Amino acid sequence: MYTNIELYINTVNVELIELQNISKSFGEIEVLKSISASFYPGKTNLIIGASGSGKTTLTKCIVGLTEPSNGNVLFSGEDFHTMKFKQKKTVRKEIGFLFQGSALFDSMTVEENITFTLSMFSNMTKEEQLDRANFCLQRTNLENVNRLYPAELSGGMKKRVAISRAIAMNPKYLFCDEPNSGLDPQTSAVIDNLIKEITEEYQMTTLVITHDMNSVIEIGDNIIFIYNGEKWWEGGRDEILKTDNQEVVDFVYASKFMKALRK
Amino acid sequence: MQLEVYIIKRYLFRGIFTCTTIMNLFYHIGRYFILLGRAFLKPEKFSIYWKRTIFEMSNLGLGSLGIASIIAFFMGAVIVIQTASNIDSAWIPDYTIGFTARQSIILEFSPTILALILAGKIGSSVASEIGTMRVTEQIDALEIMGVNSASYLITPKIIAAVVINPMLVIISMFLSLTGGWLAGVMNGSVSTYTYIHGIQYDFDSFSIVYALIKTMFFAFAMTSIPAYHGYYTSGGALEVGKSSTKGVVYSSVCILILNYILTQLMLS
Ligand SMILES: Nc1ncnc2c1ncn2[C@@H]1O[C@H](COP(=O)(O)OP(=O)(O)OP(=O)(O)O)[C@@H](O)[C@H]1O
Ligand SMILES: [Mg+2]
Repeated sequence: MYTNIELYINTVNVELIELQNISKSFGEIEVLKSISASFYPGKTNLIIGASGSGKTTLTKCIVGLTEPSNGNVLFSGEDFHTMKFKQKKTVRKEIGFLFQGSALFDSMTVEENITFTLSMFSNMTKEEQLDRANFCLQRTNLENVNRLYPAELSGGMKKRVAISRAIAMNPKYLFCDEPNSGLDPQTSAVIDNLIKEITEEYQMTTLVITHDMNSVIEIGDNIIFIYNGEKWWEGGRDEILKTDNQEVVDFVYASKFMKALRK
Repeated sequence: MQLEVYIIKRYLFRGIFTCTTIMNLFYHIGRYFILLGRAFLKPEKFSIYWKRTIFEMSNLGLGSLGIASIIAFFMGAVIVIQTASNIDSAWIPDYTIGFTARQSIILEFSPTILALILAGKIGSSVASEIGTMRVTEQIDALEIMGVNSASYLITPKIIAAVVINPMLVIISMFLSLTGGWLAGVMNGSVSTYTYIHGIQYDFDSFSIVYALIKTMFFAFAMTSIPAYHGYYTSGGALEVGKSSTKGVVYSSVCILILNYILTQLMLS
């Protein structure tokens, strides 16, 4: 399926992420068991799996927020965990990360939250930064919230501000931990489209964790199903509806609606 | 027999317990200095750190001015009243009251007592602010952006306190002496002239330098130690509260030990 891309990768240094046998244990509990995968630019990669199956832990291992017990992560062919502090910082500046709990800075307004990285790392003027912030807010369907503090927002609004913050720098690598949990179906679709659009437009390497079957069907170029800490299944959105892997089927067709759809 | 076994067991456990406590102490001291090392790396963008430092100065400094003034004023008053009532003798001249008040205020009360009180106020706010950022993943968010969270969060606070606290101490010295003067004059134990004479008597300006140097060390301890505890909070809101308490307790103890060491070094 990826032969063209693989050929391309052999010649050019593209922004791909490669996982080699990632394992992670918390004490006795083995949360991740030897997961290997590759994520290619311009594709929306989804990670799905039951609650508590280790999806968040996996993304945190990839970006180095938690040290994996075992295994390597390569960003554009370079091992992230053996990099020097400075080099790591350079890679991290190219990462946009949406936390499951939003993790907005509560001492800053919405606007300041979004312009924070811009003011820290770019040479933009104040106006340009504000323009960019407004643009990102518009893309996530938010208006007139610039001056509010995170404590004054609803859960879904926080999520969208956090998405705006994650995409503000136009990152090469975009990680979204449940971008549309807590959103209504319409806004959810807007966010899905946004992620897909910017991924294709800027050739980002995007990794989305989701529970939402709509997103899976809409934007899943490459889907990884995590089951019991293992990579149980991988494939595209067309394949996932046809697969006969029992665990995947149970997961995908859990709701009555999906069952009806299948028939 | 059983009792002996019990006692032996008990002391054995206590011994093991002490060992692990000491190991723990070294672990924390090591991690504390590593964190400080990271906090004092070169900042990403100087202007942003500068702004944060100014903000913290007004936050920590102005925020503590009120309480520092009230405490200083009344402490000075009490020192003068107590000194006056204790040296009620014809052999000791009245200017001793002013002299004693000055010595105790400048050498100990203003720098150390104020530091202990500020350790409570500043320490708990620093630890809970940073601790909350830790448990709500805001520190992780900073790290992911490529910001050095230790230097972004901790350094401005340390610098602000080290710069501002000496000013607070100078103000508090002045207010303490004023409070002492008012109390002395009001209860008739000392006249304005004698009090001022006492204050000026045998004055060595090094005592001020000594007090300010101490203050800077205390300021460093009262921000960096709670910051450490906040930074390594894990868990939830409950743990933030615990870190805040620990931060205050450890920084107070550290201030007392530092006080002893610095006094020994500078005044002997
Ligand atoms: N810091 C930690 N210490 C101990 N165990 C942890 C820690 N973080 C996660 N775990 C455990 O790892 C497992 C996976 O957690 P994780 O947050 O990755 O799940 P998830 O797939 O993201 O779930 P959800 O869909 O509900 O967000 C859970 O069983 C959890 O108890
Ligand atoms: Mg999760």
